[in-house]
Amino acid sequence: MKLSSTMQGDAQIIVAQEPRIDAAVAIQFKDRMKAETEQGEGRVILDLSRVEFIDSSGLGAIVAAMKQISGQRRMELAGLTETVQKVFRLTRMDTIFAIHPTVEDALGKQV
Amino acid sequence: MDGPSPPADLNVRLTSDNLSIRSALGEVIAALKARRVDPDALGSVEIVLAEALNNVAEHAYAMRGDGLIEINGHVMPGQLQFDIVDEGAPMPMGDAPEGCAANLDVPLGDMPEGGFGWFLIRQMTEDLTYLRSNGRNHLSLTLAVI
Repeated sequence: MKLSSTMQGDAQIIVAQEPRIDAAVAIQFKDRMKAETEQGEGRVILDLSRVEFIDSSGLGAIVAAMKQISGQRRMELAGLTETVQKVFRLTRMDTIFAIHPTVEDALGKQV
Repeated sequence: MDGPSPPADLNVRLTSDNLSIRSALGEVIAALKARRVDPDALGSVEIVLAEALNNVAEHAYAMRGDGLIEINGHVMPGQLQFDIVDEGAPMPMGDAPEGCAANLDVPLGDMPEGGFGWFLIRQMTEDLTYLRSNGRNHLSLTLAVI
C-alpha cells in the first residue's frame, strides 16, 4: 500500500497511490497512515481520487487512521470516486468526515 | 457444487485468501462487463461480493486461507443473482446476520472500525437466502439492475 505525502501550507496532503483499499491491504494502510501522520501538526487531507474500490475493511482502516491521529489534528477526505462514495454514504460515514470534491477544494476552504 | 440449478452464466472458483478474493472479484466484474451489464451496477456488485467473500474467509474458514469457495452468477433481465458456496463452518444461529447500521452517535475516539459488512450487503441486495446443506454454506444474493 503506497502513500505519498506533501505539505501545502499548513496542510499535509496524503495521496493513496493504489486503486484498492481492501481486506488485503487494510492493516498495511492503517500502519502507513500512522507512520505518515505521527509527526507534524495541522490538517491532514487524505486524497482518495486514485482509489476505485474500498470494502468494509478499507473503510474501517480509514476510520482507524482518523482515530490514531493525535491531538488537535483533523483528518479530512478528498476526491472520493463513485464506489468509494457509495460505501461512505450507505454506512453514513460521510456524516463523520469532512469530505471535499478535490484536494484543491479542500485547500481553498478553511475548516 | 450440488443440486440441480440452471447453468451459471459465470463460474469462478477460488481459495479463501485476500488476494484470491481480489482476483476473483476482477474476474466476475470483467465477465459482467462482457455481458454488457449496466456499468452503474458493477460497483454495488463488487461491494456485495467482496463483503460476502471476506466473511467466508474470515468466519467460515477462520482466516485459514486455503478454503474452497465457488461463485455462480446468473445474469437475468433486471437482476443479477450470485450463489456463493463454501465448505467452512456454518453461520452462527443458522442464518445470515441481520446487519444493523453501526451506531455513529459516539465520540470520534469510539467510532466503529468494523461491523459494516452485513449492513452493506443487506442494503444493496433485493433478496438474500442462506442455506446449510451437505456440509456446505449456500448464500444466494440478488441485486437489481436496470
